[in-house]
Amino acid sequence: MTSTAHATRPAGAAERLESSAAFTFAHHAAAIAAVDLLKLRRDPTELLTRVVQPLLWFLVFGQVFARTRAIPTGSLSYLEFMAPGILAQSVLFAAIFYGIAVIWERDLGIVHKVLVSPASRSSLVVGKAVAAGVRGLVQGVLVVAIALMMGVRVRVDPVGVLGVSAAVFLGSALFATFSLVVACVVKTRERFMGIGQVLTMPLFFASNAIYPISMMPPWLGAVARANPLTYLVDALRTLMLVGAVSVVGLAVDFAVLTVILVALIAIAARLYPGLAR
Amino acid sequence: MLTTLLPPSSGSAHVAGFDVSREPGRVRQAIGYVPQLVSADGALTGKENMALSAALYDIPRRTRVGRIGDALSFMGLGDAAGSLVRTYSGGMVRRLEIAQALLHNPVVLFLDEPTIGLDPIARHAVWDRLLESRRQFETTILITTHDMEEADTLCDVLAVMHKGRIAAQGSPAELKQRAGGDATLDDVFAKFAGTAIADDGSFHDINRTRHAASRRG
Repeated sequence: MTSTAHATRPAGAAERLESSAAFTFAHHAAAIAAVDLLKLRRDPTELLTRVVQPLLWFLVFGQVFARTRAIPTGSLSYLEFMAPGILAQSVLFAAIFYGIAVIWERDLGIVHKVLVSPASRSSLVVGKAVAAGVRGLVQGVLVVAIALMMGVRVRVDPVGVLGVSAAVFLGSALFATFSLVVACVVKTRERFMGIGQVLTMPLFFASNAIYPISMMPPWLGAVARANPLTYLVDALRTLMLVGAVSVVGLAVDFAVLTVILVALIAIAARLYPGLAR
Repeated sequence: MLTTLLPPSSGSAHVAGFDVSREPGRVRQAIGYVPQLVSADGALTGKENMALSAALYDIPRRTRVGRIGDALSFMGLGDAAGSLVRTYSGGMVRRLEIAQALLHNPVVLFLDEPTIGLDPIARHAVWDRLLESRRQFETTILITTHDMEEADTLCDVLAVMHKGRIAAQGSPAELKQRAGGDATLDDVFAKFAGTAIADDGSFHDINRTRHAASRRG
């Protein structure tokens, strides 16, 4: 009897410890995310200026390309076909520069202060990723509003809305964490801006955002299939539009995005302490 | 290195009884740190900065608001608690950062050039609060400074560093005596840092330690 009592006690204690460790982790991540979103709420100008670019893509690029009818978009109009692509693009362009804020925090002493706290490095990275995800959602609402004004038939059923939200959140968190990794490697603003500019265009054009992969030469198609943006666009296209069909399947889209996000978080958590050096 | 921000170049060290390379988590729980750089977030209020520290240091939610309020008024920031930190003066920012670093009652507090760039009044206010927190909370305070008056006012034990190594160590009075009858701490510094020669260690080592010593204690 006594031996069983002894055997269960450590297991129970370990379990409690584990659940409290998970709670602590979530608590730290939430604190980091809350600070970021508080700043965004205080100064939302950044969000508004980021609406200009998607608006131009719809009004200029979209209008012209809709007339060429050179791009096979199936049952969708070209404007409808590109709407999820533009949503994904605005998520990508905002998130890819997210790391600049961390370089800023490094140039001040904020990163150092956070790194000497007992919060785990991965909780700090997850907090940043969650904040970026929420920023992406706010931006997504604005882009979808533009798409609606342009006459795009957007799905409004719960599955569509929740699915688009989940994809935008994941995609934004993914590219922001990627940006964080880049920031941890380059560490200076100048180098970061240069690399950010270099990355965005290939990521955007070597994807299915504004034309289908089936139109691409095989080598470019292969690049596009390795590009996470392609899976984000595919998920968004399927969930956002009436009558769109996924090319690779929603399960694949979400699995790819989740796996890449988790891998990037692990890498960023490893590199994060390097910011203090 | 003692704050676990940098990996040790060689050897080992214990802070508050914990090994810095094997138990960095325990060390971080036990210390507070105020970097030389501005570490308070200017886009947040004093209270919000404190709330972030409270969350990262797992200060129980029940006592959090009370402790933040107490810490802010202890540092003379009660009235400015709700203002954005970018509107603070240099001395207020420093006192806020010290309040953040002391919130979890650390055993050891690290300060890197705490009063650099402050006017004399702000400087004395910071000194006063540091001496008071040492008295009230019995915190061990480790300061790096180039300001000999600061060292003289605050320190019980003083180590003069030269090229990344300790050139002399003792109480300010002891060191003054070793430097000669009516020497000031400036003379002490000149004597030990000016003549002591680091006899081993590569340039890289010295540079690295010196960089670490000057930037983050």
